[in-house]
Amino acid sequence: MRVGVVTFPGTLDDHDAARAVKYAGGEPVSLWHGDTDLKDVAGVILPGGFSYGDYLRCGAIARFSPIMSSIIPAAENGLPVLGICNGFQVLCESHLLPGALTRNVGLHFLCRDQEIEIVNTQSAWSGDFTRGQRITIPLKNGEGSYQCDDKTLQELEENNQVIARYVGINPNGSRNAIAGITNKQGNVVGIMPHPEHAIDALTGPSAAGLAFFTSLVRARV
Amino acid sequence: MALDTVGIATNSPDTQQPWRELGLKEDEYQRIREILNRRPTSSELAMYSVMWSEHCSYKSSKVHLRQFGEKAPKSDALLVGIGENAGVVDVGQGYAVTFKVESHNHPSFIEPYQGAATGVGGIVRDILTMGARPVAILDPLRFGPADAPDTKRVLPGVIAGIGGYGNCIGVPTVGGEVIFDKSYLGNPLVNALCVGVMKHEDIKLAKASGAGNLVVLFGAKTGGDGIGGVSVLASETFSEKKPTKRPAVQVGDPFTEKVLIECSLEIFKEDLVVGIQDLGGAGLSCATSELASAGTGGMRIELDRVPLRDANLSPEEILMSESQERMCAIVPPAKIDRFLEICEKWDVVATVIGEVTSGEHLEITWHGELIVDVPPRTVAHDGPVYNRPYKRPENQGDLCADAAENLPRPSSEAELAETILKIISSPNMADKTWITEQYDKYVQGNTVAAGPSDAAVIRIDEESFLGVAVATDCNGRFCKLDPYQGTQLALAEAFRNVAVTGAKPLAITNCLNFGSPEDPGVMWQFAESVRALADGALEMGLPVTGGNVSFYNQTGDVAIVPTPVIGILGVIDDVRKAISYKFTGAKELILLGETLEELSGGEWADGCGHLGGVPPRVNLQKEIVLADFIHAQRDYIAAAHDLSDGGLAVALIEMLLQSKTGATVSIHGDPFMHLFSESSGRILIAVSSEDSNYVVGKAADAGITTTRLGKSGGENLEISGVLSLSMLHLQEANQRTIPALFNA
Repeated sequence: MRVGVVTFPGTLDDHDAARAVKYAGGEPVSLWHGDTDLKDVAGVILPGGFSYGDYLRCGAIARFSPIMSSIIPAAENGLPVLGICNGFQVLCESHLLPGALTRNVGLHFLCRDQEIEIVNTQSAWSGDFTRGQRITIPLKNGEGSYQCDDKTLQELEENNQVIARYVGINPNGSRNAIAGITNKQGNVVGIMPHPEHAIDALTGPSAAGLAFFTSLVRARV
Repeated sequence: MALDTVGIATNSPDTQQPWRELGLKEDEYQRIREILNRRPTSSELAMYSVMWSEHCSYKSSKVHLRQFGEKAPKSDALLVGIGENAGVVDVGQGYAVTFKVESHNHPSFIEPYQGAATGVGGIVRDILTMGARPVAILDPLRFGPADAPDTKRVLPGVIAGIGGYGNCIGVPTVGGEVIFDKSYLGNPLVNALCVGVMKHEDIKLAKASGAGNLVVLFGAKTGGDGIGGVSVLASETFSEKKPTKRPAVQVGDPFTEKVLIECSLEIFKEDLVVGIQDLGGAGLSCATSELASAGTGGMRIELDRVPLRDANLSPEEILMSESQERMCAIVPPAKIDRFLEICEKWDVVATVIGEVTSGEHLEITWHGELIVDVPPRTVAHDGPVYNRPYKRPENQGDLCADAAENLPRPSSEAELAETILKIISSPNMADKTWITEQYDKYVQGNTVAAGPSDAAVIRIDEESFLGVAVATDCNGRFCKLDPYQGTQLALAEAFRNVAVTGAKPLAITNCLNFGSPEDPGVMWQFAESVRALADGALEMGLPVTGGNVSFYNQTGDVAIVPTPVIGILGVIDDVRKAISYKFTGAKELILLGETLEELSGGEWADGCGHLGGVPPRVNLQKEIVLADFIHAQRDYIAAAHDLSDGGLAVALIEMLLQSKTGATVSIHGDPFMHLFSESSGRILIAVSSEDSNYVVGKAADAGITTTRLGKSGGENLEISGVLSLSMLHLQEANQRTIPALFNA
């Protein structure tokens, strides 16, 4: 299965996301920010990093890139899209997901092994988890505090759109300890911690992050 | 100011020039006049002044640094040695690794965030310039007392700067040191080490050869930042009277650097350059003169073609600007189109600014007028060389006579427990998670071990699991007491930190941070330190692949404690076998090496406010035996931890805290001495009970002294008949200090 991995100028975790797709049994396909061709991929990952230097606002410029002009309508038509960290910020800026990510409450960049609890196992990217499963994966960001208005938060909760929550101390001040959310259709997922850095216990805190990628690849083989 | 051309200079020999303001001495200025057979133009003066500064020319250190070449051990691993941007070693399977450490001390004191950020940016470009992908950053840092108001200004800024830059360029920050000492209060040390990986055939050199080849400047546009940074900032002691020099610190843009890295690697992959140099200290002056002198000498540059951020810059300022994120490449005309195409893909500004000529001079024009006409070697390499006087300070004898071994010691259970808690919570020994959490250690996905590990372990091949281990070390107090022994202790410790992972140490780099070379006492420290490192490298059979000298680290007459930071790179054939100091399950704890009564210069003495005596003995042969032993027995060793600052007490507690367990251990003899001695050549290992007899036997065969300390387990650290402390209590003491000091 072909899974696209987008590289914007300033993207950092594209190689890692491609590796995760490979570990999951998929075929990673590199997508360039300046192109509009999605190359027949069955899913797209927007990796972590600092697209366009995070100038203006995280993800604000990436949202207007040529590749996003193809991804946004495709996602609206059901193409599975996973935004990790900066990718999550791009999805919010693109209005594919509600809300916004703001500066961590501690005002520092934070890189730590974070326990999260999987809340929704119905999305295109979380089917391989069991509900309530707790996994530890790296969290690394400066602007990871998920914020939205009360009405949106209520909808997210009522529609089971929360993908995962932080366990223990809320590391960045996200509302309802939200670590990741999905759209109503369940094809677009944004997550702040980094599952692509937890695909092998040798180089990450666990291999539990791999299930995000196998969820997509296995379901569609 | 009117343009000063070569023609004007020739006809106006008596024009007064600001050589003194640019940091040159009178005899240096006269030498420039002799070389050129006329007065220099103002642009030439700018170039000579920055290139002949202490920072660029190594004029005070050169006569000593030669020993690294003269005493160099025979090494098959060395592919590129001292003199290039960074040394390169062969790590097998066709891979080459380059690593180097540099200082950015003075800028980081003035402007902590930008100083530290551009320090990272600069060393990363040095590594990139060799043709390598930068894969890891380590930051050896030294600050004034942790509770000093200025440390609260400097440290958070430096940490945020390192993170802010390193995190944005996608290179993991995986180790380093954070050490506090009062001597660093007015002179914090911000050193940055970068490791890069490439295939042998991809190694690039800074050389402009082939007449007709084009000189291309690519990356950020040139602005007015950092002008004179090298000559004014790095070569002058801070004094309280002078006005602040803030504008001389460069400002970094990590996004531009990230794009520049990817763009350059793509250019290298297609083999489009014959030589390349990054623009760091001394900017274009350095890049053009070094590239030209490494080639046949001839180069012509049209300086007015340099893209500017500030159109009002004069040619002198353009030559001196230290604007960040710039590279200079030598490109054959047949490959220039493809080169520019790749730059365009990455939105990197690239401009042909000149060409290599068949002549022997570096000629620079400004709108057609010749403003520089110099033999480039005289700028880049034939700077002044000083044989500065050096002399052991007169009070050194008194200092060494005042041994910490004579201080009153804690003896009762309560006193010993209190001493342990005090050391484990001291800023130097306290948990540094508050700092390391601000660094992205995961990016690139190859981090097998990162701080607080003894060494960082990075995978370099995903199929074969080949990897490298890197560590940096230096105890400046030891070096103050005896710079020769102190430097060899730093070498031994860095070596041991790499060895405990099971890696084989392969090469040495260094960053020699000292006070003013004009002080004979400081120069003596420096001379002793370099001699020690060259001797030690020879004895251990490890090449010194490069290094950096930072002088003038002092406030007024008071120099920092000498701080020769030593970096060791090791190779590990299979990173899956790398040993950490964390273990699981019940294990037997065994101490390798001998404990002697050596307390001077150590953490306990420092906690008493004492600095005197002689540092621990060092035996490099024993370090080699230990390293070989760990490597050979790595399948039987569950965890291993180097003993250094704080001795057995700190190493044991760190290992237990990492492994989330207590232990019951017995100490035969004076418990205080065994807990706090900082004898070198010691490693704490954890071994399964069923393997312990075997491992102890093998150690005895190798001639290594072993002490079976006891077993892990329980929730307390029990030292039989001496004391008992709850691990929870120790953990709390260890973890609270740094956040309490630095959380805004």
